[in-house]
Order: sequence, then structure tokens, then C-alpha cells
Amino acid sequence: MAENKWGMIVDIDKCIGCQACVVACQSENNIPINEEGHFNQRRAIEWIRIERYWEGEFPNVRARFVPVFCQQCDDAPCEPVCPVYATYHNSEGLNVQVYNRCIGTRFCANNCPYQARFFNFWEPEWPESLKNQLNPDVTVRSRGIMEKCTFCIQRIRRSTREAAKDGQEVEDGDRGMSPACVNACPTHALTFGNLDDSDSAISKQSKEELKQPAGSRPGGRGYHMLEHLGTHPNVVYLKKVDKTAEEHEVHG
Amino acid sequence: MQEHVQLSQKKINDDLLAGVLGMPKWWLGAVGFLLLVIATGIGAYGYEINKGLGVTGLNRPVLWGFYITNFVFWIGISHAGIMISAILRLTQAEWRRPVTRVAEVMTIFSLMAALSNIMFHVGRPWRLFWVYPYDFSRGLFMNIRSPFVWDPSAVMTYLIGSTLFVYVALIPDIAVVRDRATGKFAPKIYGMLCLGWRGTPRQWKLQAIAGILLSALVLPVFVSVHSIVSWDFAVAIGVEGWHSTIFAPYFIIGAIHSGVSAVAMIMALAMWMWKLDNYLRPDHFDAIGRLLIVVATTWFFFFFVEWIFALYTLESPELALRELQVFQAPYMWLFLAFLLTSFFIPVPMWLFKSVRRSPGLMFLSTILVNIGMWLERFLIIIPGLARRQPLQFDWGSYHPSIVEILVVAETFAFVALGMLLFSKFFPIIPIFDMKEGMQVREEIKIGRRIVPASIRETP
Repeated sequence: MAENKWGMIVDIDKCIGCQACVVACQSENNIPINEEGHFNQRRAIEWIRIERYWEGEFPNVRARFVPVFCQQCDDAPCEPVCPVYATYHNSEGLNVQVYNRCIGTRFCANNCPYQARFFNFWEPEWPESLKNQLNPDVTVRSRGIMEKCTFCIQRIRRSTREAAKDGQEVEDGDRGMSPACVNACPTHALTFGNLDDSDSAISKQSKEELKQPAGSRPGGRGYHMLEHLGTHPNVVYLKKVDKTAEEHEVHG
Repeated sequence: MQEHVQLSQKKINDDLLAGVLGMPKWWLGAVGFLLLVIATGIGAYGYEINKGLGVTGLNRPVLWGFYITNFVFWIGISHAGIMISAILRLTQAEWRRPVTRVAEVMTIFSLMAALSNIMFHVGRPWRLFWVYPYDFSRGLFMNIRSPFVWDPSAVMTYLIGSTLFVYVALIPDIAVVRDRATGKFAPKIYGMLCLGWRGTPRQWKLQAIAGILLSALVLPVFVSVHSIVSWDFAVAIGVEGWHSTIFAPYFIIGAIHSGVSAVAMIMALAMWMWKLDNYLRPDHFDAIGRLLIVVATTWFFFFFVEWIFALYTLESPELALRELQVFQAPYMWLFLAFLLTSFFIPVPMWLFKSVRRSPGLMFLSTILVNIGMWLERFLIIIPGLARRQPLQFDWGSYHPSIVEILVVAETFAFVALGMLLFSKFFPIIPIFDMKEGMQVREEIKIGRRIVPASIRETP
């Protein structure tokens, strides 16, 4: 079986801030319903969140949307600080959270520069009508432990298992394997796949987009979020194509 | 120097055992009040366990709050014990004699309070023992790269070391109590506790060797404990204002600052409560005041250097954090209060001899220092978390809830109760050490006056 290193590409140019990924994630991963109160307490749990920034002065105001979720860093700051190995790196490049080990020191969340980790301040609750829609493949987390984006590891596991049953390998771009957010995105801003497979769409695209400018050839749009911290994330962001900003850059 | 008060051996025994053998009127009332505060705190903690950490004021950017602040504070207070008893013993500072036990006992109880704060802090305290190499049934050793594994081992080493230290120094005094205790159980219990002490030369020799050995062995802990506590913050690359390489020495000197101040505070309290005016003389407050000037100034130097390090980088997240600390309410007011209480009010006060020799003023100024040092830890921990990183979307703030305030009050009551109980059942001033000090004291003549030269022990 080939090596797997799961990664994602986020094209900010395509993101319209519709929050479909957020909703898909909530229902796939048994995340409790975030009510207004949870947001006011700043204790809402959103494994993927759309950060919205306003740019410019009125009337030339533009919204910028940045989907932020766990970057599955190769050198994850959250991993060395956990005293009980509740978070560790698995062989497929994923940063895994083991709920049963977690004692809730919240050190990992402090150390995560992307703020992608969430603490269960309360026992999770669902309205009676939603109890039957909980995903049986995902643990319901109790209060007092951390959780975060898993790249929908249950879907990856299911797909690889079923492919192995037929003696095959998972197809690139298999919708059954892609995380819920990727499937839900109406503008295909999110791409998921195997970075170690040189034939996969994501590895080709990330290689192309991460190229530095050389000579007259312009560089790609790709970058890693907070690159200077040296966390080596497995998520590549693609810059927004912004004509006015480019002009501004040239003239300013 | 203070005029020498000559006390007979019997007078010393009677004075120092008055609390142990008798029962002052205020004692039961004070214990009752502290128990009430502790019961309220435990009730609040039970509520927190039952409902989850949602009952605290913590939220997503600010995931560490009052409990960790309080943890660092109590670890800081605990540094008094080592500073006073080990370092002053090894450097033969004579004035330490009546103070050592107060400092050491405070070390023990404040370490317990610090450990309990970690228990309040974590999400699932019933699994907290997993940070110790204990639960091998899971086939999983703890992650030794995490400062939260270093912390408990350092704190437990310190706790065991200083408990032994106190106990070894206590044995001859327990024997004195045993000989004088009346009633059915008291002589038996004290008899068991003093391990058959008869005061033979061999026993004295062993006791002295054990004391010196323990104070030397516990010295490395002096450096390690608070360094490790500072690394809880210094290893966090994700938080501006935390990942500073100067944190280890800065935290240690801050710990000594708050710890020695707390000793002066407890000394004044013990003097008033147990009427120890003949033993805790203005001399002692004077000496501790001078020590505090040195410690506070060194601490302030480190504080200054830490700021210079931060500003020198000219990184915008770091600058934004410092701006938040200094110019934005409510941190602005806390920062002002912190500067005034931890340095700018007490240190000029201590420069005056009349202040240093007055227990009341020393009590007030050292309380100020401890308020300031508590605020210092708060100001390091909270603003750093509230303004994390360039992702401004998730900036936040923090207000403690009533549960957290009650639980924090509980830790203060716990330490106070511990000190009160200890000083009721054991002599809080080491009797044998006092008498030993009298043996080595020399009188020297300066001009017309004869003053005690109680500076150095005879080698």
C-alpha cells in the first residue's frame, strides 16, 4: 500500500463565505449545535470556521473570507505539550486527537497558533429531534476534553477499508473519502487528497502553486498559513486574485 | 543592632510552647472561619466538576485563567522556604534561626495549594494521575516532552524534600513537647512522632548532618521548580508574550520576591498571634527588609530586560500585546497597580530603617508585594491569550466567574488554615535552633555599648 499523507488546498479566491462547510462539519462530526449563547460566551465549537475580515473604507468595503481549521502540521506545536499523548502524529500525516486519553489541560489549544482546537466547556446537548441523526462513526465528546478537525478520519478509514476489500487503492478525489466540508463547498474552494501520491490532483496543484517566482516566471499563489512559525502545515492556501491590490502594490 | 534580650532556657520553652500546650481564645474562631471559606470553595469546585468548566469565565482564546495564575503564585510563595532555610543556612546568616520553620511550613502548604490549583484547572481531574508514570495498564508512558509532565515531578520533589526538611528539624522540638504534653493521647502521639529522640550526642550529630544534607540536596530544586513553571509558558510558540527565553530566571527571582515577602508577612502575623515579641525582633524584620531590597531590585531588572527583549524585536503582534497591557483598560489599571504594589511603593519604603524595623509597616508593604506579584502572573497569562497571534477574528477577553473567585479564595484559606493548625500543634519557632543560636552568640564592644554580634556561626 502506498504511503498516504493527507492534505488540503484552500483556494481563498473561490471562497464566498457561505458557511456550508461549517454546517456540513457540524453534522458529520457530531458537534453540538452552537446557539447564540455559545457564541456570546466565546465557547462555540466550529472545527472549521470562516474568518471574515473587512477591508477598506466605506463605500469601498470588501469582505475577505478565510476558512480556518486544523492545519495537520508536520511539526505541530500542540503535540509536544500534551502530557498524556492525547494528541500525536499518525503515520498518514494526520494530527490525531485521542479523546479517551485527554485530561483537559488545554495546553495544546494555547499552543495552537491557528486556534483550531476546541474545549468542551459543557456537556454536549442536542434537541430531541436531532438525536437520531448523530453519526455512529464519530465519538460524542464529553465535557472537559479537547477536540478539533480530524480531516474526517472516519471517512478516510471507511474508504481505504472498502477499497482494500476489493484489492484496490482509494481513488484520488473519491467523494466518499473527502471530508464533509470539501463535499459541501459549492464553489470547490477546498480540495482534499494524498500529497505523497505524485499523480494526485492535489499534489500536482500544490507543487505548482507553491513555486517561488524565478526570473520572468511569476510564482504560484500558494502559501502556508503563519509560515514563519515553522509548523509545516499540510494545508496550502491559495491567495486571492486581487486586481486592485496588485495595482496598488505596483503604484504604491 | 537591637539590644540583646537575655532569656532563660525555661522562659524560651514556656514562651514557644504556650500555643501548643494552651489554647488561645481566637484560635477556634479563626479555624472555624477558614473552614467555612474552604467549604464554600469546595462546594464551588464540586459545582464545577458537576457542570463542566463552563461555570468558569474561561473561553476559547483565554483557556488558562485564574487557576493557572494562582498556581504560579503559590509556587512562587513556596520559594521562600528554600531561600530562607537552605540558602541562609548554607551562608550562615544568623538571623534566619527563628524564621526558618515559618518559611518551610509555608512552603509545604503553598505547594499543596499549587497542586490543588492544577486539579481545579483541568477538564477531567479524575484522570489527572495520568501525568505521573503510574497507570501502566494502558501501556502508555506519559509524554516527557510536555512541561506538564516536568511540573508535577518537580513540584512533588520539592514537596517531599521540604516535608523531610521540616520533619528533621522538628524532631528535637517534638521531643520537648512530648515531655510536657498532658492528657491521654497527646504524649503518645508526640512520642511516636519524635522517633525515640533522647537528645544523645549521636542523635544530635545525625540530625545536624541530615539537616545540612537536605538543605544542600534541595538547592537544585530551588532553580528547577520555577524554571519549569516558567517553561509552561516559554515553550508556547503560539502565544505572544509567553515565549521568552528570559522567563526561567525572571520567574525564579519573582518567586523569591513574593516568597520572602510572604515570610515577612507571616512573621508579623505569628508574632502578633502567638505573642513572640521576644523572638521575632525588629532585627529580623530589618534583615528581611534588606534582603527584600536586593531581591526586589534584581527582579525589577529582569522585568525591565524582559520588556526590552520584547520591544527590541519590533514584531507587530508583540507590540500589539504590550500596547494592550499598558494602554488599554482594564489591563492598564492592573498594570499600574502591579508596578506600584510590587516595586514602586514597597522598595522606597524599605529604604528607611524605621520602616524595616516596624512589623506593622513591613506587614503592609509585603502584602502589597504579594498583591503585585499575583497581578504580575495575571498580566503575563491573560493578555497574551486574549490577543493571540495575527488571527484577529478570535481575539477575546476574560472575566473570572464567581466560582473561580471562591475556589481561589479557598486556596488562600487552605494555606492559612494549614499554618494555623501547624502552629497550634508544633512550635512554630524552632526551640533547639534558638538555643543553639544563643550558644554561638558573641558580645562585642562598639564604643561604650555592648551589642550582640549575631552574624556568623563559629566554624
